Amino acid sequence: MKTALSAKDLCVVYDDFYALDHVAIEVSEGESFGLVGESGSGKSTLLRAIAGLAPVVDGTITVAGETLSGAGRSKSFYRNVQMVFQDPYGSLHPRQTIDRLLLEPLAIHGIADSETKITRALDEVGLGNGFRFRYPHQLSGGQRQRVAIARALIVEPQVLLLDEPTSALDASVQAEVLNLLEQVRRDRKLTFLMVSHDLGVVHHMCERLAVMRGGKVVETIAAEALVKREFSADYTRQLLVASEGFRRS
Amino acid sequence: MSQPLLTVDNLKVSYPTRTGVVEAVRGVSFTLGKERLGIVGESGSGKSQTGRAIMGLTPPSGIVTADRLNFSGIDLLSASHKERRSLRGKRIAMVLQDPKYSLDPVMPIGKQIMETLRAHEKIDKKEARERVLKMLEAVQIRDAERVFQLHPHEVSGGMGQRVMIAMMLIAGPELLIADEPTSALDVTVQLEVLGIMDKLVSERGMGLIFVSHDLRLVSSFCDRVLVMYAGRVVEELAAADLKNAKHPYTQGLLNCMPDIGEDRHPLPVLDRKPEWAL
Repeated sequence: MKTALSAKDLCVVYDDFYALDHVAIEVSEGESFGLVGESGSGKSTLLRAIAGLAPVVDGTITVAGETLSGAGRSKSFYRNVQMVFQDPYGSLHPRQTIDRLLLEPLAIHGIADSETKITRALDEVGLGNGFRFRYPHQLSGGQRQRVAIARALIVEPQVLLLDEPTSALDASVQAEVLNLLEQVRRDRKLTFLMVSHDLGVVHHMCERLAVMRGGKVVETIAAEALVKREFSADYTRQLLVASEGFRRS
Repeated sequence: MSQPLLTVDNLKVSYPTRTGVVEAVRGVSFTLGKERLGIVGESGSGKSQTGRAIMGLTPPSGIVTADRLNFSGIDLLSASHKERRSLRGKRIAMVLQDPKYSLDPVMPIGKQIMETLRAHEKIDKKEARERVLKMLEAVQIRDAERVFQLHPHEVSGGMGQRVMIAMMLIAGPELLIADEPTSALDVTVQLEVLGIMDKLVSERGMGLIFVSHDLRLVSSFCDRVLVMYAGRVVEELAAADLKNAKHPYTQGLLNCMPDIGEDRHPLPVLDRKPEWAL
């Protein structure tokens, strides 16, 4: 299978601190790949490094055959790769209507026929046209995250970088957003790289996952291995135990 | 059980706004003894408002009414501000969600805990300091002397939350209200903090109200669970009976969580019925 995205020996350094320490991952086309770990493990940094938002000092990133260097990214990269952030309250411009928010990426990439594109994008994420001229503060958290997904999808990317897309949402709303993400992935044959601290979510959404700790990949396993407990790292076991809830000893 | 520690009968919290009255809590009733009670619900269900009303922390714009709100013989509704203030911290304590925001950023940790203690007990500094160090050790902070000197930004989230618990328990309260005490923490740290809280609560024989959005976590931690929806309790059940939950909202909440070892695509979503909110 073709590789959609890969990172080799990737290092991100802030002052003297190695946020990423020789990290390597490889994601095939159409695959959904998860990154799990505790806060500070570097999972979000890896995503940001791929998007050109973190200072990469060493290593290579390859996306769709194109090797990226430095923080600069070509316009075609941004068309190919889009990101959805964790906090839907912070990632939408508060003074812009949903229509304006969705128009922006189309204008940047010079995509014509914005009218139908915006209508279709809103339809696809399950928000009717009635939401088009509202402001973000008039929407709930789940609806905002749908807008953020619509904004990412409107330029028809191949790869979606998802940084904890549901951790700011209630459990029932999380289920709706996860279903939506699965639906669009199936429809558009997208590649997902998804960060989450919730093993349950990653197991549900991803075929393979990398467990990270302290800027390093501890191990890369198939999601099924979590069920069968076929993993070697002790840290993975700790995470799995923790996800099962509290036990009185 | 002779007399319940806390009796809440038909508690209502409402906020008048320009566009009408927002009813955050609409008639919640329960009694609490020396047990662990969980209050679960989604954002906006009124679970935190319930906790805050008991604590007496509803902002001045809010209106709290109840047929009865009684804490070990004291009528909280008719108690003066001064009386309530002497209860807060001493007999009823509250652990908040995020230690980053709930600890004073410009005061060393030890000094903050000492302040709590000396607000309620007349003891000298030396004795207070010793009690604080002992308390820090009780929440399993190994190097208590060092942590005593640190400012909140110098400790991790899990450590901060332990400091918060230490601060809340130092005056020996009878009732602890924990409002999402572990939601801001990593899963692995979460269990440690819960373990510490669990141990201290059972050792000291306190009543605990555990407010959380995480139904599974609450049911694994508490004896009894109240499920809230739109300001009302829709179901009350023993934590062990969670699987036999009858209300469709509770069942929906349980079902919509992705679980390791299950393969359900798409996930069942909650179909909110308008009659639940009646």
